[in-house]
Amino acid sequence: MTASRDAILKRVNDALAPLKERAPYPEFDDDVAVMPALDRNGDLWTAFCERAKLVHGTPLSGKPAVLADWLHGQNLHHGYCDPELLPLFGEALAAAGCAVETIFDRARVDEYQFGITRAEAAIAETGSLVLTDATTSSRLAALAPWTHVAVLKRGQIFADVADALKKMPVDPNVIWCTGPSRTADVEGILIEGVHGPGVQVAFLLE
Amino acid sequence: MHQPIDQYAAKLSAGKRASVYDGTKSGYDARLRSLNTSYPTPDHLRRLAGRIKQHTIENLDTYLPQVEARLRANGVSVHWAVDGGEACAHVHRIMEARGAKKMVKAKTMVSEEIHLADYLEKRGMECLETDLGEFIIQIDHDHPSHIVKPIIHKNRREIAASFEKNGLGSYNDDPGVITARARQFLRHKYLAADVGLSGANFVSAESGRIVLVTNEGNSRFSIAATKVHIALVGIEKIVPRDRDLGVFLNLLARSATGQQLTSYTEFIGGARSANQPDGPEEMHVIFVDNGRARVLADDCRAILRCIRCSACLNVCPVYRQASGHAYRAVYPGPVGAVLSPLLAGDNFPEMADLPKASSLCGACNEVCPVNIPIPDLLLRLRDRGKREHSKVAAADTPPMGAFGTLANHPSLWKAAMKTGGLSALYPAFLMPSYGKAWVRTRGMPKWRGGKFRAWMKTRKQQASK
Ligand code: SF4
Repeated sequence: MTASRDAILKRVNDALAPLKERAPYPEFDDDVAVMPALDRNGDLWTAFCERAKLVHGTPLSGKPAVLADWLHGQNLHHGYCDPELLPLFGEALAAAGCAVETIFDRARVDEYQFGITRAEAAIAETGSLVLTDATTSSRLAALAPWTHVAVLKRGQIFADVADALKKMPVDPNVIWCTGPSRTADVEGILIEGVHGPGVQVAFLLE
Repeated sequence: MHQPIDQYAAKLSAGKRASVYDGTKSGYDARLRSLNTSYPTPDHLRRLAGRIKQHTIENLDTYLPQVEARLRANGVSVHWAVDGGEACAHVHRIMEARGAKKMVKAKTMVSEEIHLADYLEKRGMECLETDLGEFIIQIDHDHPSHIVKPIIHKNRREIAASFEKNGLGSYNDDPGVITARARQFLRHKYLAADVGLSGANFVSAESGRIVLVTNEGNSRFSIAATKVHIALVGIEKIVPRDRDLGVFLNLLARSATGQQLTSYTEFIGGARSANQPDGPEEMHVIFVDNGRARVLADDCRAILRCIRCSACLNVCPVYRQASGHAYRAVYPGPVGAVLSPLLAGDNFPEMADLPKASSLCGACNEVCPVNIPIPDLLLRLRDRGKREHSKVAAADTPPMGAFGTLANHPSLWKAAMKTGGLSALYPAFLMPSYGKAWVRTRGMPKWRGGKFRAWMKTRKQQASK
């Protein structure tokens, strides 16, 4: 096995040895690829909402009852809730007639209509939610149900991709979710909800 | 003899050609719209990305050991594979060590390149494609014909028929129904699988993070539901630092599908964390050479910058007419016309016709997010095909000996120009065979030669007046 490693590295060395010069690492600013249209000084949640809607995301904000009512309105009455969020949302959910479990049982994957977990952050420029292992109580609960709700607080919103990269959390599984899961494999027709959520909610808890 | 790619294109059904045309055109339009509405000067970004990548591949001797050390520090097992066979053997060994029988596979071009599914199935293991397009390819025993849209050559009726044949419900060609059925079928497969396999769009040498750029969520599911994650990574996939991703992520999704970012951008830095109930207990990265170091030694090494966005396929007039399967290799289109002959190694002469499947219009270079000078590389490979006396490379090319003699002898040239007008009267059936092959698919231009000398003469006379 180390033989193959050494063989490959030797080939690479031999391939590069004859080069008289190597291309230098170019100079550029971190925000070189940031869309100039973004207003960095404006309200980041407003900017986030605008961009999230462009990618068919569903931004909501308010007290826990707002989310509970929305779920009820969508006719979603059974799902998963991060145990750490339960003290905040439990009462409102129960009042809206939504039953939640705090352990995701993979054997009953089809029974969860929604999953509520915490977001690590959001990115205004792209309308993306940032999920991590540290803040996601169950990867499957944030992925398998048709509706995923990521709960977010003000102050957790990055202005742009460059900023989010700079402050990337140390975590083995950082995922930027930009709108619902989608495909255009069949005749280029956009279909949402392939393997991941068909509805991606960003809930700003006030 | 015609070039193989022409022969293939000539036999392509009108329906397939229409599918490919529509798919490539919509991809092309989306790219243009997205880049131009986002940036005043998208070209600047493309050139910058090209320079970062060129720097990276010219310094792989530094970056490969660096990324290996980072990965190990992140608790990832690193393996090296000289060729496809060795890469498959690594995967097989990792699975056997876990007593694993079932793999769910996210989209990776490298796995196509090394024929992983065949290898594992022959050894009694299940290897299931989970990307919708790739899944359809698998149940059809077909091959992908486009890098981003693998089933660009199929229409919904064909897909509905294969779903029906494979027991995935009665015939229904609504794309929404097709997708929902695949969703339902595949989610139970993820949950029952032992191993999740992915590729990598980028690997950061700085942090050892593997970056996956996807839309459907199948790679997320593969990495959330299974206990082992294996990533197959071509040795050219490295970027020096995390900050470089700001450039590449913004360009890749826009160039591929016209999205600002794909639905999911995943930064994988190892096995799951201790308090996370779902996801792999171990992660393996297999670095695959399989001909890449040889490409690095070639003066066409710039092709290793490629980030597999498919923009060059979408814009290419030859790809649009011939479709991806005409390129007889995993990588079709302009990128494939350069990469496939180079990766073929000693079999280069068999693939040497591919660099000729281009009108050298330059569109591929213009759209390429890493600014690869594809037309230049194609010319270099044409030259090499000629020098290596490849038969397929010579097909359809009229011998240039006569032209060379004329061009070297001014008096002969003059005479030829005077009589050239007669070519319009020359009946095609009297032409030598190479001439016939040439005019079968091309019209002869109206003769306009022989006027330059006369023009020059008058000018000189006027000037001296
Ligand atoms: S060669 Fe350039 S345009 Fe073509 S797939 Fe690669 S990166 Fe995209």
